Amino acid sequence: MRNSFVARHPSVLAFLALLALFTLGVSVLSEGFGIGLISTSFVKTLGKTLCLCLIAVAMDLIWGYCGILSLGHFAFFGLGGYMIGMWLMYERTRLIVEGSLAQGALPPTEQEVVDAIGTQIFGVVGSSDFPLVWAFADSLILQLAMVVLAPGLLALVFGWLAFRSRVTGVYLSILTQAMTLALALYLFQNDSGLRGNNGLSGLQNLPGVEAPQAVISLWFFWASALALGLGYLLAAWIVSGKFGSVIRGIRDNEARVRFLGYSVETYKLAVFTLTACIAGIAGALYYPQAGIVNPAEIAPIASIYLAVWVAIGGRGRLYGAVIGAAFVSLVSSWFTGGQIPDLVLGPLTIKWVDWWTIVLGLSFVLVTLFAPSGIGGLFDLWQGRRPPDRHGADLGPDAGALREREATE
Amino acid sequence: MTRLMIALAALVLFCAQAMAQETTVQSVLQAHRETIEKGSRTSIGSAIDAIAASGLPQAQEVLQVWAAKEMWQRSDDGLFYRGTEKPARQVELFDFDTGQSFGTVSRDELSQIKPNSGVRAMIGTALVQFQLSDPDPTRRAEALDAIQRSPGADLLAPLRASIPAEPDTALKARKMRVERLLTIAFDPDEPSRIAAIEEMSGDLGVDMRATLNPLLVTRIALAEGLPETANIRREVKPGDPALGVAAAYDMLIAAGQAQPIPDNEARKALLIANMVDGQVAGVPVHRLDSQEARDAAYVQLAQAGLVPRWSTAEAPEVVVTRHRFVEVYSEPSAAVTEAAEQALAEIERRVGLNQAIDLGLDALSLASIYFLAAIGLAITFGVMGVINMAHGEFIMMGAYTGYMVQQVIADHTLSILVAIPLAFAVTFAAGVTMERLVIRHLYNRPLETLLATFGISIALQQLAKNIFGTQARPLTAPGWLDGAWVLNDVVSISYIRIAIFVLALIFLGLFLFIMRRTRLGLETRAVTQNPRMAASMGINPDRINMLTFGLGSGIAGIAGVAIGLFAKVTSELGSDYIVQSFMTVVVGGVGNIWGTLAGAAMIGTLQKGIEWLNPSNTLAAQTYMIIFIIIFIQFRPRGIIALKGRAAGD
Amino acid sequence: MSTLLEVSGVSVSFDGFKAINNLSFRIGQAEMRAVIGPNGAGKTTFMDIVTGKTRPDEGRVLWGERSLSLLGLSEAQIARAGIGRKFQKPTVFEDQSVHENLLMALQGPRGPWSVLFYRPNAAHLARVGELAAEIGLGDHLPRKAGELSHGQKQWLEIGMLLAQDPRLLLVDEPAAGMTPEEREHTTAILVEAAKTRAVVVVEHDMEFVRRLNCKVTVLHEGAVLAEGSLDHVTADKRVIDVYLGR
Repeated sequence: MRNSFVARHPSVLAFLALLALFTLGVSVLSEGFGIGLISTSFVKTLGKTLCLCLIAVAMDLIWGYCGILSLGHFAFFGLGGYMIGMWLMYERTRLIVEGSLAQGALPPTEQEVVDAIGTQIFGVVGSSDFPLVWAFADSLILQLAMVVLAPGLLALVFGWLAFRSRVTGVYLSILTQAMTLALALYLFQNDSGLRGNNGLSGLQNLPGVEAPQAVISLWFFWASALALGLGYLLAAWIVSGKFGSVIRGIRDNEARVRFLGYSVETYKLAVFTLTACIAGIAGALYYPQAGIVNPAEIAPIASIYLAVWVAIGGRGRLYGAVIGAAFVSLVSSWFTGGQIPDLVLGPLTIKWVDWWTIVLGLSFVLVTLFAPSGIGGLFDLWQGRRPPDRHGADLGPDAGALREREATE
Repeated sequence: MTRLMIALAALVLFCAQAMAQETTVQSVLQAHRETIEKGSRTSIGSAIDAIAASGLPQAQEVLQVWAAKEMWQRSDDGLFYRGTEKPARQVELFDFDTGQSFGTVSRDELSQIKPNSGVRAMIGTALVQFQLSDPDPTRRAEALDAIQRSPGADLLAPLRASIPAEPDTALKARKMRVERLLTIAFDPDEPSRIAAIEEMSGDLGVDMRATLNPLLVTRIALAEGLPETANIRREVKPGDPALGVAAAYDMLIAAGQAQPIPDNEARKALLIANMVDGQVAGVPVHRLDSQEARDAAYVQLAQAGLVPRWSTAEAPEVVVTRHRFVEVYSEPSAAVTEAAEQALAEIERRVGLNQAIDLGLDALSLASIYFLAAIGLAITFGVMGVINMAHGEFIMMGAYTGYMVQQVIADHTLSILVAIPLAFAVTFAAGVTMERLVIRHLYNRPLETLLATFGISIALQQLAKNIFGTQARPLTAPGWLDGAWVLNDVVSISYIRIAIFVLALIFLGLFLFIMRRTRLGLETRAVTQNPRMAASMGINPDRINMLTFGLGSGIAGIAGVAIGLFAKVTSELGSDYIVQSFMTVVVGGVGNIWGTLAGAAMIGTLQKGIEWLNPSNTLAAQTYMIIFIIIFIQFRPRGIIALKGRAAGD
Repeated sequence: MSTLLEVSGVSVSFDGFKAINNLSFRIGQAEMRAVIGPNGAGKTTFMDIVTGKTRPDEGRVLWGERSLSLLGLSEAQIARAGIGRKFQKPTVFEDQSVHENLLMALQGPRGPWSVLFYRPNAAHLARVGELAAEIGLGDHLPRKAGELSHGQKQWLEIGMLLAQDPRLLLVDEPAAGMTPEEREHTTAILVEAAKTRAVVVVEHDMEFVRRLNCKVTVLHEGAVLAEGSLDHVTADKRVIDVYLGR
């Protein structure tokens, strides 16, 4: 079965091969391996980029294939980061606290250890008690489960409410944006139990691991590459079969799918929840490489940027999403990193740090207008694939669905 | 100076009487010479009272002179004079009774009477009775202010005395009110206090609450130590929110009813202190890593008499239940506290009612802001099905236009009058440009419009940041909009908010007029309902779309000026309002101005309501509001006012 | 003849306009029925009600031998119960191939889980080929539906309907915009289908209806005006009034 699947979809094999090659190349050239052509911080950047590619795949699945423009997937991403961050922070603080308490005359009781950890973690928000959400923080297994369960559950509840009331199109996008904002604002509070706007920090240190950051960064890089590879494979498998047919049908004409006897809401909910889980996993791998997770990461703007990446890369094709996320996020960090010399235009000096956002915004408008299939569309040109010429015939009935090139062109 | 003239006139009038009684200021002062010289707070009262009660017309002047440290005493005969310092250590003396000058005398022959601050306060109190009857109404009002600032029992009598003769009706009413308040606080006669409380019950003034609250101050005490007459409010069980177990136990310790017990930390220290050869009471130290093990070791030590006794059975939780704790009023009279409780309850009820009105006004003003911010969005969404993510940035552009106008035109009133049409023009032009360049090409692809306009939004926001910097720019409201319309101590609303409310009403009217009475409105409605049919009837939908988009954007610009008047103008101004605007449109329903109005009213009320329930946390309020809206959508997916039937599409 | 679908006393109004007014209708197990009527007679709304898209204000819609009420069911449940619908405008999934379109419509479990693990077996592929041949698209299986001509899309949609294997087919103006040859083919497909199941055809074109050679129901202002053979109803004075204007 797998053989035939890969054979039917050569792009998947090509992608996996490229990913493996890339991972191997970066590993060999990294500091952790000894050659050191690629600095540890850049390995982290690349690892983070892989995570962003993974969430872009999830976004493509929900938007490009299922037609739901979710402006909330970065909330799931952040939530995943919070979940793993809780364990990392708890465990690291526990080791430190136990170390210092061991200096005392009596061996510490469990309660003393927990109290000391609480004071350490929640001191910044003027508290020392563990809120309920930290109940599983001492268990890696449970917290890893939470990485998938927390975003999945949120997506399930929100999606159930939203899809059940048949909210679609822009309405749904606005609603997901509202959900994201609500979550971000909630986390911004000090009494949310997740350290308010301080967020969780020090996540780059793996508790109990003595290895230097150069090596740890490589581990995470590998994990991210593996996650991306598996995520890509899963997404490709899902969209290749009848399930993919159904969700693309939902994207193009929801009512028709319904009259074929498929429960559109259930399918939407399934895709929404699944992609939320993928986003959570991506976040759980991203934030240990970033070192810190805070509510600002969850702000609606991040989710909109995610849509921008996927749109620039090309919707409705998984490699497009990966290319978009990698390309835009790397170029973004290059421009905002301040390494590009200022552009002097007579009296006006263009500082790229300030002007990059404007360039991004405008180029995004241009892509939407002139290249709806994004960078991925270049592959079509290369393969000589042409969209069907419909001679101005009526397009599908569902306004807002992703379409091939407008017939009037 | 005037006062001196009045004093002189009074002098002439009362001269004969004063002569007849043979009491002079000097004689009164001499009678209390020693206390005045001593200047002690404890004894000086008699001297002040004697002067104040002397009935002499100069009494007020004497007290003022005394308090102002202008009273001098001649060293050789001990007589008191008013003195003004002259150059070269000379002092010119005046007689109190006649006001005549005695010429200048060297300071060496005099001693200055310098009352300390405590004495000056007492003199001030004595002076109040004179000020309360002062011919100048502003001084009488000041005296009342002084009384309210620092009320005292001794002010009650002079205040009461001054009421019948008060000519000014407003001041008289105020005096009576203050008299009631003082009666409640200080009158020794219990029935009259209660009468005053009942009379003032339901008064909304802050001063009334400030008067009642001290009467109801309570403390929690151990019932056993209290006198029979104690005014007890209620019994308190330890563990109540009002009385923690630890606090109750501390009270027992203070009363000698219980022994202090070493807490976990203290016992741990004792365990460490009694460590012998790596063992505590025979238990190896490494095994003391749980509270149970430590407690057991401690009990061992206690049995050996090495540490204070302690057992889990004598825990504070158990001990405190053997005692009664009560909440007692500081005010001894039960009748007074009861009346005060009732009055306060009545006041709180009315305050609650008025707060609800105030909250309603706040919500109304917030609703009008959201309405202004959302109406443009609703127009473009309703007519064209386009969600304009850059709408917030148009609001920001309007606000910055207002700011720029104020840089050129200094007069605030004029600049606002110029800024409103200019902001409309600027954002109208921006909207039309955007429609022509971008949105026109994306009709029927709403999700892509949403993303393209988002691209414009981030570009515009960053552009504003690059031009104006990140710090907030002021947009100052004209002076006549400063201040607030105050109904009572609870209900008030600032004029700016009233102005915004009026502005929102104007726009509602304007919009209705355009839609119902003009050709443009007719064509717009036609395009909204069926663009193809409209086009075939000779309406150019392109032109209509362009104009509606411009109109929606223009209104956003005006909303920007309005919002800028009370919020700081920054590049993020728009994004602060955009989500609420979206929510307004979503909740209200698309394609109907009344829906937008209803949506704005609902969002505004909801936000204020939640803030009122949870005033400390505006972040949480927004979270709850959004959750509420998501749930609301379950019941009315198309908003409050929705198009029905086949026209609504599916 | 046992009744498959019974609609009785159904009314629905939009903003005060009565689109359907006390409509009653019944159809048997294997029967062809043409529904005709002027614009605004309520033909499409009638289909909306049967398929669950519109909820009536009053009335009953009963289905099958066990007289199951359709009013509480969702569109998908009604479709799974055995009612297939073809829209006026051809609605096929233009982005997907004819094969994928037919496969999606093919009778089978509709739950996400079973669909996710679904892989077509030989029998399914054979059925798809058979259907494609029946609707004249046997040579077009790998083509994208968007590339088909208007008539071919209509057929594809009918094919998808047949793939669902419904007991009742609701067909909205199947012949609109077709060439005479295409019409003939469409008629043949429908007549063939009506042998094993109930088919309701909404149509304007009297010639087409005549060729279907079946019982005709005339709708007017949301209610049944006349019912019977085509010749019978066209002789009816009221029907003539309605069609030719008063």
